[in-house]
Amino acid sequence: MRRAYFKNNWVAALMVAPQLLIIFIFFYWPTSQALYWAFTLEQPWGGGNTWVGFDNFSAILTDDLYWYSVQVSVIYAIGSTVLAVGMALILAVFVDRQLRGFKAYKIGMIWPYAIAAPAVGLAFRFIFNPGAGIMLYINQVFPGLWDPISNGNHAMAMVVIAGAWKQVAYNFIFFLAGLQSIPRSLLEAGAMDGARVLRRMRDIQLPLLTPTFFFVLVINITDSFTDSFGIVDTMTGGGPARATNLMVFKIFNDGFQGLDYSGAAAQSIILTILVVSLTFVQFRYIERKVHYT
Amino acid sequence: MIERTPLLNIVTHLILLSGLIMMLFPMYLVFVAASLDLKQVSAIPPHLFPGDQLWVNMETAWTKAKFGEKFLNTFIVAFGVVVGKITLACITAFGIVFFNHRLRMPIFWCVFITLMLPLEVRIVPTYAVAANALQPFQVLMDVTGLTWLIGMVSGVEVALEWNLLNSYTGLIMPLVATATGTFLYRQFFLTIPDELVEASKMDGAGPVRFLWEILVPLSATNIAALATIMFVYSWNQYLWPLLVVTDQSYGMVAVELGRLVPKISATGGEVAKWNIAMAGTLIVMIPPILVVIFMQRWFVRGLINTDK
Repeated sequence: MRRAYFKNNWVAALMVAPQLLIIFIFFYWPTSQALYWAFTLEQPWGGGNTWVGFDNFSAILTDDLYWYSVQVSVIYAIGSTVLAVGMALILAVFVDRQLRGFKAYKIGMIWPYAIAAPAVGLAFRFIFNPGAGIMLYINQVFPGLWDPISNGNHAMAMVVIAGAWKQVAYNFIFFLAGLQSIPRSLLEAGAMDGARVLRRMRDIQLPLLTPTFFFVLVINITDSFTDSFGIVDTMTGGGPARATNLMVFKIFNDGFQGLDYSGAAAQSIILTILVVSLTFVQFRYIERKVHYT
Repeated sequence: MIERTPLLNIVTHLILLSGLIMMLFPMYLVFVAASLDLKQVSAIPPHLFPGDQLWVNMETAWTKAKFGEKFLNTFIVAFGVVVGKITLACITAFGIVFFNHRLRMPIFWCVFITLMLPLEVRIVPTYAVAANALQPFQVLMDVTGLTWLIGMVSGVEVALEWNLLNSYTGLIMPLVATATGTFLYRQFFLTIPDELVEASKMDGAGPVRFLWEILVPLSATNIAALATIMFVYSWNQYLWPLLVVTDQSYGMVAVELGRLVPKISATGGEVAKWNIAMAGTLIVMIPPILVVIFMQRWFVRGLINTDK
């Protein structure tokens, strides 16, 4: 712990004040507002909100459309996470062998981090567009094979691939950093004991990477719940027939198109609880459980 | 490398090359589409080699989406977020780490919690705040009876209002209100040896001077990392500008991109000009990609330290 401090606490107060003010206005206040709205209902003829207790929540939780949106979000979360984490892990493990061209590979896999979600969405909407480019050709050869505009499963597959593609770079950065922090002497010792490359990967590198792995896993799942808006909005607009109506997208739609602030706020609260508990699991449980070093 | 494994090396290269193709090929298709004319884009079989219309399409996209103006706006917002975040993060972490007061840990946790809730989750109420940023204070004054008191004493009805919709402040502020940078700076400040603090105190430097002349120069790599991450983050903002901006002269690039092709649910009329849309996508992608590639070394380290 630190021993040397500055004495003047007024300076300290001045230093932290701006940040506290901003997070009060733009973080704590909105969050508390969301709580307030979730438990109240706006009067149709004005005159403020009335307290309705858990009515908003029970309205949502008995709404089939909401559960459908949850289901779709879970499918998206699992699909994009498995794809993105799996791909990134394989690539990182092999890049870490540091063969010739290692730096070029590294840059080639990192740069997609910079691409905006709507740009990814638009690009993949073009690539998977059944009316143009490669997919048009494939559809000519095998009619009706690919139709994300009216087939919900195809639309979901398209969104999952785009979401996963966008996330690979981020995961790759973390996996590679995790791998590079494993002391080389461990691998050399393994080699001395006669373990070949793949054996060392399986028995030394992957186990030591477990903490990073779980961290990336949790970040991917939470991101898929929150960060998917840009992709869905540019690619499918939640359709067809709500097949890609993810939770964030539904909140946005109910709140700003349907002007149902209370319903949207209650949904936000549920999503918040989900995200916070995932983060909590990560901080408390996984960080403590997984230790091999 | 420890041993010779020629066969496995070939396999490794094959795996990595196919990975590279998976990352690059979609963007290659975007590039090809951006360089064709409208007829070629929807030709069968598809063109897989670039045409000669790249500049024409880029120019069309540039004027159609008014990217000149949008680029300027996005640069202003990105600059605001980068500078605001770095400054705030630095001084907040300084106030938490180098002073011994009882509120250190509570303040730290107060800031830290903001990491857990991304803007997208609390989007609806944040929008309400942006419509009137002084609303929190108005409500607090109403509840505590201060409004009534002032009204009684001076006869003035207090009605605070500060609309942030359609303004740079409104675009920037909520993006600054998270803890990413503060956490990074705190971690870094904790590694500063006590001797440095003692030495500067002995030389008669006060806290502000210590911050400015010792800590800021020492944290140059931190600044580079944070600046890269924040630049990419704010350049790519989509949902928030979509809400806050209704006046297109404050529009940002990512949002404008979504307007280049008609929404999938839109009925009737307009044919999607994919070549123009892809040219627009290229234009929007270029600045953050350049930043990431040039700042690669710092940004990778920074990213790992901020999020973890």
